Amino acid sequence: MARTFKGRVVVPGNVQAQALVTHTGFNTLASLKTAGSFLNKKGEIQDHNNPELYKKLMPGKALCLPETIGSTTGGMVLYCAASMGVGPSCMLFSKRADTLAVAGAVLTYNWSDHPIVCVDDLGEEFLEYVKEGDRIQVSEDGTVTVEGDNHG
Amino acid sequence: MILNEELKAVQRGEQGEAMQKVLNTLIMYGEAFGAERMVKITGTMGHAVIGTGSLTWKPVFDLMEKLIDGGALPRQSFTTDPRGIEDHVPISFASKAMFKLIFSNQKRMEKQWKRMGIKDDNAYTCTSYMDEVGNIPQRGDILGWAESSAVSYANSVLGARCNRNSGILELMSNILGYVPEFGLLTDEGRKADWIIEVKCKELPEPQLLGSAIGFKCIEDVPYIRGLDSYLGTELTQRVKDYLKDMGAASASNGSVGLYHVENITPEARDLGEKLIKENARTFVIDDAEIARVKASYPVAWTSEGEPQMAFAGCPHFSLAQLCDWTDRLDEGLKRNSHEKVTIPVIFCAAPDVRSRFEKDCPEKAARLKEIGVTVSGLCPLSYTSNPLTDKTRIITCSNKLRYYSKARFYSEKELVEIVTGGDING
Repeated sequence: MARTFKGRVVVPGNVQAQALVTHTGFNTLASLKTAGSFLNKKGEIQDHNNPELYKKLMPGKALCLPETIGSTTGGMVLYCAASMGVGPSCMLFSKRADTLAVAGAVLTYNWSDHPIVCVDDLGEEFLEYVKEGDRIQVSEDGTVTVEGDNHG
Repeated sequence: MILNEELKAVQRGEQGEAMQKVLNTLIMYGEAFGAERMVKITGTMGHAVIGTGSLTWKPVFDLMEKLIDGGALPRQSFTTDPRGIEDHVPISFASKAMFKLIFSNQKRMEKQWKRMGIKDDNAYTCTSYMDEVGNIPQRGDILGWAESSAVSYANSVLGARCNRNSGILELMSNILGYVPEFGLLTDEGRKADWIIEVKCKELPEPQLLGSAIGFKCIEDVPYIRGLDSYLGTELTQRVKDYLKDMGAASASNGSVGLYHVENITPEARDLGEKLIKENARTFVIDDAEIARVKASYPVAWTSEGEPQMAFAGCPHFSLAQLCDWTDRLDEGLKRNSHEKVTIPVIFCAAPDVRSRFEKDCPEKAARLKEIGVTVSGLCPLSYTSNPLTDKTRIITCSNKLRYYSKARFYSEKELVEIVTGGDING
């Protein structure tokens, strides 16, 4: 069963990806500080404070989240992860995206070959509905379609 | 976005392609938050968040190269975050070799910073606003800084205006000399969404109170009541240090970029309750809440056993804190009948603060050496980015370090007791 949500486009793009979901703030530095280096080639999420995401793989996923938190390296870390091919393909925010997340997405759009599509303001219902592993389709106009086997 | 004539010329490419791209990046960033114009940076110095030449950050250094080659250089001098390691910090041969790999871009980065006009070789600290370092914004200054703890301090304690800018964006702001006007740069954006009432029996430790505030407010602005009953109403060095540590914890455990403290911080003193939004929610932090927050921290050590190393000074200590902590350890050693600390202890402080400490307080500096404490300008977060050092059972009273590493958090009192041979369960 598919369900559609409409958000605000921060960085436009068409993306299809598998959902990775956190209901608490995504700490970008704690999650991706070594992603892409020989210490963490696979892009495993390393924030032990976030049990929903700890040790899950980030590359190419549709990261569904309320907001990012923590260090102001955040946007830069997203830019690095994207440039090294271990970033999310898109970030889908239930709330308005914060300055660090927007910075990361905007940097990838302007300076990297691997832009992170970013849609925000999708509403709390989006984050309540989406489940890890759901198939996500993002359209340039900010429409996000969620399809999964666990939605009855 | 409405641009003035100077920026319109930049947009037309009159200052080169790199500058044009920098401007377009900042416009896109600002427009996402409804910014309608760019405002001039009025602070006299920038502050960047990149102090370690991490392997993972190679794309950043490649981008910096493009900026330099394109003639897009900062308009003003700047300080930046601490280096990752220093030679005199105790470390195994294997860990040292690993650090060489992990920080293999250090020389490249420092060379780039020099070409971009960094203040000097000592400008690597997260507390650039210390008197000894001298990057101290004035009230009302518009800044384009990054480093969550420094942004929090500049906004809250100094009354400057700065958004929580990301690394690279802070550099681009400094290059353009303008930042998009939104959020914490506006009067409305500086109003409080939360009233935090501190009702503890005694003054809570700053890093625990800050953590509790960060968990509750996430990125909102809190108006904190009750702290003046413990701290008084003057912004003394002791109060500034307390707020520095509290703010760093709320900025890293949450995303708080600005807080007001009733009767203490400059805007709260001038505007009082006018800073509180009409629909602001209230949250009480008492001893039970502090205990609940502390008990919620995950234990991340990879092996059980006795602590092997301790860090204090994240964010970097002030001169007064270095002196105070020397006395606290001394008293602890006397109390517990030990001559030296029981594990290596690292106190972190800005290189300029450390120099002043050695110059003005030679007896205390010598005493720290004698009891086995190293004073370093490094960033403990970066120190733990090495998988070998990260396996070390580190203890800390820094909630920022606790969050970003496997270090185990203890209160300041507990940490002093542990490293001086006491028993915190006794």
